[in-house]
Amino acid sequence: MTKLRSFLKHEMVKFILFTILILFLPLAFKGGYLLNVFVFVGIHTLLAVALNLLLGYAGQISLGHAAFFGLGAYASGILTATHGQNPWLAMAVVAAAVGTLAFIIGFPILKLKGHYLAMATLGFGIIVYIAFNEAVELTGGPSGFSGIPNLSLGGFSFDTDFKNYYLIWGMTLVTILLSLNLVNSRIGRGLKAIHDSEVAARVMGVNVRFLKVQIFALSAVISSIAGSLYAHTMTFVSPTSFGFNFSVELVTMVIIGGLGSIYGSFLGAALLTFLPEILRAFQDYDIVVYGLLLIFMTLFMPGGLVRGIPALVGQIVSRAGAGSKADA
Amino acid sequence: MLKKSSFILTFVVSLALLAGSALAAPPIKIGGLFAVTGPASFLGEPERNTAQMVVNGINAAGGVKGRKLELIAYDTQGDATKAVQAANRLIKEDKVAAIIGPSTTGDTMAVIPVVERARIPMISCAAGSKITEPVKKWIFKTAQNDGLAVARIYGDLKRKKISKIAILTVSDGFGSSGREQLKAQASAYGIRIVSDDTYGPKDTDMTAQLTKIKGSGAQAVICWGTNPGPAVVARNAKQLGLKLPLYMSHGVSSKKFIGLAGGAAEGILLPSGRVIVADLLPNSDRQKKSLLAFVKDYQKHYKAEGDHFGGHAWDAIMLLKGAIERGGENPAAIRDQLERTRGFAGIGGVFSYSPSDHAGLTKDAFVLVEIRKQDFALVK
Amino acid sequence: MHIGQQIAQYLLSGLSTGAIYALIGVGFAIIHNATGIINFAQGEFVMLGGMFTVFFLTVLNLPLLVSVILAIAASTIAGVAFERLAIRPMKNASPISLVIITVGGSILIRGIAMLVWGKDTHALETFSGNEPIQLGEATILPQHLWIFAVTTVVIICSKLYFNYTISGKAMRACAYNSRAAGLVGIDVRRMVLFSFAISSAMGSMAGIIIAPLTMTSYDVGVMLGLKGFCAAIIGGMSSGLGTVFGGVILGILESLGAGIFSSGYKDAIAFIILLIILFIRPHGLFSKGDTERV
Repeated sequence: MTKLRSFLKHEMVKFILFTILILFLPLAFKGGYLLNVFVFVGIHTLLAVALNLLLGYAGQISLGHAAFFGLGAYASGILTATHGQNPWLAMAVVAAAVGTLAFIIGFPILKLKGHYLAMATLGFGIIVYIAFNEAVELTGGPSGFSGIPNLSLGGFSFDTDFKNYYLIWGMTLVTILLSLNLVNSRIGRGLKAIHDSEVAARVMGVNVRFLKVQIFALSAVISSIAGSLYAHTMTFVSPTSFGFNFSVELVTMVIIGGLGSIYGSFLGAALLTFLPEILRAFQDYDIVVYGLLLIFMTLFMPGGLVRGIPALVGQIVSRAGAGSKADA
Repeated sequence: MLKKSSFILTFVVSLALLAGSALAAPPIKIGGLFAVTGPASFLGEPERNTAQMVVNGINAAGGVKGRKLELIAYDTQGDATKAVQAANRLIKEDKVAAIIGPSTTGDTMAVIPVVERARIPMISCAAGSKITEPVKKWIFKTAQNDGLAVARIYGDLKRKKISKIAILTVSDGFGSSGREQLKAQASAYGIRIVSDDTYGPKDTDMTAQLTKIKGSGAQAVICWGTNPGPAVVARNAKQLGLKLPLYMSHGVSSKKFIGLAGGAAEGILLPSGRVIVADLLPNSDRQKKSLLAFVKDYQKHYKAEGDHFGGHAWDAIMLLKGAIERGGENPAAIRDQLERTRGFAGIGGVFSYSPSDHAGLTKDAFVLVEIRKQDFALVK
Repeated sequence: MHIGQQIAQYLLSGLSTGAIYALIGVGFAIIHNATGIINFAQGEFVMLGGMFTVFFLTVLNLPLLVSVILAIAASTIAGVAFERLAIRPMKNASPISLVIITVGGSILIRGIAMLVWGKDTHALETFSGNEPIQLGEATILPQHLWIFAVTTVVIICSKLYFNYTISGKAMRACAYNSRAAGLVGIDVRRMVLFSFAISSAMGSMAGIIIAPLTMTSYDVGVMLGLKGFCAAIIGGMSSGLGTVFGGVILGILESLGAGIFSSGYKDAIAFIILLIILFIRPHGLFSKGDTERV
C-alpha cells in the first residue's frame, strides 16, 4: 500500500509540475505566434492522449482516429453555425454521439487484430473523410465550412489565442489527470494485461472484448471533444485536416512520444506540431526530412522520446568512442 | 526539462533569424502563403515561383519608391491548420505589411478570421467566390471567380442551342466550387443537367462515369478539374467513342494538359485566362503587354511555361506594388489604396476594385479556346 | 446505350482496374507472408516504376524495352536498399513500429521523387497504340490487354515459385514460423531481403504497365497502394488467386458503384464492403484462416 501511495504521490508531483509549466508558458511567448502554435499543441496533446489510451495501453492500433476528431469538429460546427445551438451543449451531445458510434462499431472492429485492425480503422477513416467531402449541403464539401462561433462563457468570448490557450489546456490537463487515474486503476492494469496477452488477460478474468470497446469509445469521445475545441478555435473546418495523413500523424505523435506514456504524448504532439516550423528552414526538402525523422526515430528511439532521450544520453556516455552499431 | 530546452532552442533560433534580418536596411515585408507541396501544389508552386520572380524583378529595378521588397513565403500544404499557423507567424513574427495567397479556397477561408483580426490586407490567389462575397474589409482576390468561367461555357452552349448537359467534376475544392456554379447558373441559360457525377483527384479510370453519361442523353459534357484527371477523362471518352462536345475548365488551361491528353485533347473547348493565347491577341488588347512580359520572364527563370495560376500571384504582387507606391507601407494605407485600384491590366484580367467589389474582374477575364492541332486557338 | 451495354462496360472497366489492384496487392502479400510486415511503402514502388520509365525514356532517350528493364532494376535496388537500411536494423520490433517505419519510408521515397523529378504529371506512350478494342458491348484499350497479360504471368510465376522452388518454399517456411525456419538452416534474413526485392520489382512492373493509361507523378503511389492493400486483405493476404479475386472484386465494385449508385461515394462503397468482409470473414474471403498470428 505504501508503495502504491508513494507512486501516486510521485505521479501527482509530476502532474503539478507539468501544470505549472503549462500555466506559465504563455509568459515566455509574449503574445507571439508561438502562443498560437501551442494552442494547436494543446489540441494535438488531447488527441495523442486519447489515441495513446488505445494504442499504448490497450495495444490496439487505429489508423482512422482523425475521423472521430473530424466528426466532433464538423458536428459541433454544423450544430452551432447552421442550427444556432449552444456550443457547450453541442460539444457534449456530439461527444456522446461519437462515443456511441465508436461503441457500436467497436465490437466488430476490435474483434480484428494487427494489420486487419489497421485496415479496418483505416477504411472507417476513409469512409468518414469521403462523407465530409461529398455531403456538400451539410459540410460545405471540400472548400470547407466557415462561420463557426468562438466558445463563450456568459459574456466572456474565447476569441484570442491567449484565452483559447487556457481553455484548451484546461481541458487537456483535466483529461491528462483523468487518464493518469484511469491507467493506474484496475482498468489500466486490465488494459496492460490485454496489451501483453489477450489470452492471459481473459484467463485472469478480464472481460477483454468489453474493455477494449470501452477504451475505444472513450478515446473517440476525447477525440471528438478535441474536434469541437478545434472547430471553435479555428472557426473554420475543411476535410483535408481529417484525412488519412492526419491519422498517421496522430499515430506518429504517440509512437514518437512514447507508447504508454501520457507525458510522452505531449512530447510527441509538441514535436510534430512544431515540426513544420522547424522544417521551414528546409523549404521544399521538409517532406524528405520528415520521412527521415520518422525512420530514425523508430530505429534509434523505439521507446519514444520519453524513454529514448535518457537512454540515448546513457548510451553516448557509456559507448563514448565505441564502434558504430550499424550492424547490430 | 527537455521540453523547456527545446522551447528555448526554438526561441534562440528565431531571435537569431530576427536579428540577422534587422541588420540590413529594412525592406517592406510581404507574406506569402502557398500550397507548394501537397495535393494543391499545381497551384502553389507556380504561384510561389512567380511571386519570387516578380519581387526579385522589382528589387533589381530599384524597388518600390527606393525600398526593397522582401517576400516571406510559407508552405501551407493545402491544410487549413498549417495555413492558420503560417498566417499567425507572418503576422506576429515576421510582421508583414500585406499577405498574398493562400492558394486554395479552403486555406483562404481558414485564415480570413486571423487576417481580419490583425488588420492586414490579404490578396488571395484562390478562386472561390465566397472569399469576397460578402465583401470583407481586408480581403481581396486575383483569381477569376469560377462563376465567370461557367458563364463563358454556358454562353457558348446556348449559342449552339444545347440544352441537356452532363457534368463531371473532381471532388476537391476546385471541382466542388465549379459544380456549385454549374448547377446554380444552368437555369438562367435554359440548360438542364441530366447527369451529375464526380471523380476522385487521384482516380485513374473514369470510364464508369462516362459510360453512365453516354446513356444519359446529354448533348455535351463539362468536366471540371485540374491535371491529371481531365486528361484521363479525355482519353477515356475517346476509348468509349463518346462523340459529344467536351468542355473543360480553366483548371487545365496550360500546354501540360495537351501533353497529357495527347490526341484525345483534339477538339476540347475550355474557358481560359488570356495567358495561354497571349501571342494570338490583337495588339489593342490591354493585357497583352503584361501577359507577354510574364510569359517571357517565367520561361527565362524556370524553363517552364507560365500558367494563369502563376498569373494570380503576378497580379497580387503588382497590385500591392501599385498600392504601396501610392500610399506607403502602412497596412491600412495599402488596403485603402488596393480598394482604389482601377483598370489595372494584369494577367487574370483588368482589375477594378471598389468598396463593394474585392474580386475586381468581369466576364471578359475569360476567353473561350479550342484545342486544335495540339495547340490552343481562340474561339470567336 | 441501354442498361445491359452499360453494365458490360462497368464490368470490363472494373476488371481492368481490378487487375491493377491485384498486381499491387500481390506485392503486399509477398512481403507480408515472408516477414509479417505490411509494407506501406509498396505504393511508392509502383510510382517508382512509372517515374523511372518516364525518366529513362524521355530524359535519357532510351528505347522502351530498355527503359522498362532499367526501371524495374532501379526500383528493385530501391526496394533492397529500403530493406537493408530501414527494415533490417529493426530487430524484435513491434508490428506498430514496423507500420510507422514503412510509412516513414513511403514519405521519404515520395519526397525524394518529388525533389528529383518535380511535381508534374507525366504521360507515357501506350505500348501498342490507342485504337479501342470492341469486346461485345464494351470497349477496352490494347494497354488493358498488357495489364491482363502481365498480371496473369506474374500470378502464375509466383505460384510456381512458391510451390516448386527451394527458395520459394523456404520463404513460405519463414512465413509460418521464422524461428523454426532459421533452425532448419534457412537464411531468414536473406529471405526477407529477397521478398522485398521481388515485391518491389512487381510493384514497379505494375506502375510501368499502368502509366500509359493513368499517367504518373510523384504521388500516385498513395491511392494505388491503398487499393492494392485492400485487394490483398480481401484476398486474405495470399500471393495467388485470392488477391486477384480481391482486386477484381474491388475494381468491379468501384466501377458499378460509380456508374449505378454514386460516383462521389464509390470509394466509400468499396471500403464499406471491405469492412463488412472483414467483420464477417476476418481473414479474407478465400483464406482458411490458418495464418493467424497471436
